[in-house]
Amino acid sequence: MEVLKIATAGSVDDGKSTLIGRILYDTKSLTDDKLEAIERSSRSKGYDYLDFSLATDGLVAEREQGITIDVAHIYFSTENRSYIIADTPGHVEYTRNMVTGASTSQAAIILVDARNGVIEQTKRHFFINNLLRIKDIIVAVNKMDLVDFDESKFNTIKSEIEQLAEAASYKGQNITFIPVSALKGDNVVEKSENTPWYSGETLLEHLEAIENKDVFEKAQARFPIQSVIRPKKDEFHDFRGYAGKIYGSVLSVGDEVTILPSETTSKIKEIYFFDEKYETAKRGSSVTITLEDDVNVSRGDMIVKSNEIPNVNKQLEATICWMDNKPLKALSKYHLQHGVNNVVTKIDAIESVIATDFSGETETEELKLNDIGKVKLKVNKPLFFDSYEKNKANGNFILIDSQTNTTAGVGFIR
Amino acid sequence: MKTILENNELENEAIYIIREVAAQFEKPVLLFSGGKDSITLVRLAQKAFYPATIPFPLLHVDTGHNFPETIEFRDRLVEELGLELIVRNVQDNIDSGKVKEESGKYASRNMLQTETLLDAIEEFGFDACIGGARRDEEKARAKERIFSVRDDFGQWDEKNQRPEVFDTLNGKIDLGQNVRVFPISNWTELDVWSYIEKEGIEIPSIYFAHKRPVFERDGLIWSAHDEYVYREEDEIVLEKIVRFRTVGDMSCTAAVESNAFTIRDVVQEIRNSRISERGARIDDKRSEAAMEKRKQQGYF
Repeated sequence: MEVLKIATAGSVDDGKSTLIGRILYDTKSLTDDKLEAIERSSRSKGYDYLDFSLATDGLVAEREQGITIDVAHIYFSTENRSYIIADTPGHVEYTRNMVTGASTSQAAIILVDARNGVIEQTKRHFFINNLLRIKDIIVAVNKMDLVDFDESKFNTIKSEIEQLAEAASYKGQNITFIPVSALKGDNVVEKSENTPWYSGETLLEHLEAIENKDVFEKAQARFPIQSVIRPKKDEFHDFRGYAGKIYGSVLSVGDEVTILPSETTSKIKEIYFFDEKYETAKRGSSVTITLEDDVNVSRGDMIVKSNEIPNVNKQLEATICWMDNKPLKALSKYHLQHGVNNVVTKIDAIESVIATDFSGETETEELKLNDIGKVKLKVNKPLFFDSYEKNKANGNFILIDSQTNTTAGVGFIR
Repeated sequence: MKTILENNELENEAIYIIREVAAQFEKPVLLFSGGKDSITLVRLAQKAFYPATIPFPLLHVDTGHNFPETIEFRDRLVEELGLELIVRNVQDNIDSGKVKEESGKYASRNMLQTETLLDAIEEFGFDACIGGARRDEEKARAKERIFSVRDDFGQWDEKNQRPEVFDTLNGKIDLGQNVRVFPISNWTELDVWSYIEKEGIEIPSIYFAHKRPVFERDGLIWSAHDEYVYREEDEIVLEKIVRFRTVGDMSCTAAVESNAFTIRDVVQEIRNSRISERGARIDDKRSEAAMEKRKQQGYF
């Protein structure tokens, strides 16, 4: 079945968990035992309505504080397809989780509290979704019931975000605005009678209509090698297969290919998926490829079509979202993981930090936790990369702290 | 040769993850319970490395209170695929006095598995344990990463998880740490059943409707097995047509009344179900935060 992955973002108290709970409830995705648990808990808190946020806020600390502090994944399905929601926290200090959730999503819902309008957080959410080049953005203007379903409040928010979109670097986004009340259910799944001035789709109607594309989108084919398969079996005595996932485009038997970094050339001989051979495999397939020639290939190498060679360089420029408490400084060293390829990197220069409210860049010495900035890096071995703009899959990397081993930042190659 | 390979996104993702485990770790192991999720993992691992065999062993933490059908199934599968199976018994830790068995009405050995698992990790030096947990099962599991780092005590620090961006998996760990890996994180119960049907994967018979002596307690159907499951005198044994939706220890897995005799029936039943899978897990009902607490202590 088709799966659509959606990231949700909002500020504290925007009612994000309530919105998701409402979607689950109205699509009848909450099972009886979960519903009972919600009823029980809502009663014990003395609410006279159902507190749907309890359906998603999973960790004890979250339930105690009534906020969401980590990415939770929520599943529901309609007749049409399955959905995975990456519910990401809204507060500024948890931006790294927002990037995490958004990086695997095809669409994003940004929640705005109709009473508060566009705030700094909203701009930040929009900025991150734009940086990650998420195609479909839904701005859900929530708590419309608390502003008497006032059309002018909705229009103000709409025009403010449209202004931000003009200042954004990626112009290809489809932005849709929907007035909702997650608590009461207006325009979430059911069309509201309280918004006669709104003729558009409900939130779910809109989600159902979004075209399902893979997160990485169509680009030139890239095949990074995860491992070399050498079975110690008589019937596969000379078998040498290269296991990996195809990104960007199809690969077919007979394609003329170049292996990086050695730059040797060959042709694709066979494409295996389990015990079957195929002529063509689409992007996203985890296959095993054999080549016509005996070449030296190992993990971290990349097979590409010979007329579609990526950049091969030891220097790169990237926009980095920093996710570690220890700031990123010039001349520091990190492990750089580019897909399945690991190298060592030295930070050449930190050029600037970019304001997430679209007000521009300022020069800086370091990137602090949750900062987004422009950085120049040098790696110890040539990397075979594309810009994130041209090839999402082959244009991103993570930086790993060599002392703590934690994932300290994510880079988008420029 | 077939023309075009059609995509199953969830399957491709799982194969990719399993291959990363084999490449990034020195001593991975697949935790095998004999349940449908771990059986699915075995099939995915076969696909990941074909024509080579699966390059890591299976580990079964045996509570001693398993359904005999599951154990028979396990042994047959391992034999057919030529896999290495390691079994470690909860009973050994009970006998040596390392852990104390619960007694009374809700006694279960489910919690005791944690200690045996951690012992086995230490005994063999496993640095990655592949498990069949899914994010849709339970609220705390919804927050798990694909690669979830555990400290020397097997503990999960849920507030300090590594960010996981795109499909890049960071498997770097310190000595003594290990990683729990969840390749089918993004699958739902229905996805697993649909896959089992499509692939024609064999599963233990207790997943299908069968006649079984049972008794009712707290609105759940318990297996009547006096040796493993405590029963009050006024809890009367009845014969019912039931099946199991989830297979754990006999003392903590409730049955459901069902007429699903084939895999197709099961898929249909799950599609129409109004009760969640873990609704039949007695161990989850202990408190709202039951799973999170167990996970912090090293439970799967």
